[in-house]
Amino acid sequence: MDGNGAELKIFLEFVYGFYKSMKEHKVQLVYEGEITHQITKAFTSLTENNMEVDEESQSTQKKVFHVMVECLQNVGKHAECIDCDGGRKEGRGTFMLCKNDEEYTITTGNILSKSHIPDMTEMIDKINSLDKEGLKQLYKQQIKEGRLSSKGGAGLGFIDIAKKTGNKLYYSFLPINEEFSFFVLTSVISRYNN
Amino acid sequence: MEVIKIVGTDDTPSVTLDVANEIFEISGRSLPEDVAAFYEPILDWLDKYSEEATGKTVFNFKLVYFNTASSKMLLDILLKLEEMYEGGKEVLVRWHFPEDDEDMEEAGEEYADIVEVPFEQISYSMD
Repeated sequence: MDGNGAELKIFLEFVYGFYKSMKEHKVQLVYEGEITHQITKAFTSLTENNMEVDEESQSTQKKVFHVMVECLQNVGKHAECIDCDGGRKEGRGTFMLCKNDEEYTITTGNILSKSHIPDMTEMIDKINSLDKEGLKQLYKQQIKEGRLSSKGGAGLGFIDIAKKTGNKLYYSFLPINEEFSFFVLTSVISRYNN
Repeated sequence: MEVIKIVGTDDTPSVTLDVANEIFEISGRSLPEDVAAFYEPILDWLDKYSEEATGKTVFNFKLVYFNTASSKMLLDILLKLEEMYEGGKEVLVRWHFPEDDEDMEEAGEEYADIVEVPFEQISYSMD
């Protein structure tokens, strides 16, 4: 900021605006960066402690933990990056946990090559079209047929999130440039009636 | 046979595979950083054991949490037990779940549907 007063003022206004946005959307936790195993452990453990303090039901706690792990691991394993050499991936993305009176929302955002969009759209739309029994069948089929990928994913994450939450997956691919999109995924966990 | 005894952590389960004392058990939480590396020695051990097993094998799963990457490895363990059972060995899988944990109970039901092996569901109290 080089001691430039105007720039500093803009930055401080940004900080205040950011704070107000977080309050408005009831953001409990927000992060942008590499999603490692350590980060996953730290965020889930912090959230578990907070839920314990809030006396959240065991069922809600388990569901939030479950969805957080799957979402964070998805980003860690699949996020791509625009200017990395030789297709190297650094598993970087955003993570956000919000809580209001009725529900928790868990949102991740990461860069993904546009070539994945048709398959992912088909898969998530299919998951969203299924009821509980249909999801069970799809899960069993996928666990039997799917092989563990080189990245250690079993292709089960989205199905599992839908099964555990009983809610639809909200998603969007926001175009970045010719080649890449920003993939946003939001899962909702009801705090009651679990 | 060598004994496998792994002490659990907050992201890896406790594992005991002990032929002499007839203990075959996986318990706790499973979300290892590298699932394949964690489960490979267990699957290798079961491969060897399946050739040597003489008595009844009662395998206990007592997990409180596992991620989807682990779920695939758990199926691989169950498929090895199924192989043993189909090969004429006596095998029983006991799937323990906390009494109020429907998701863990359901996970057991799903595995029982997939593998052809005697399968018992057992609920336990957390207190």
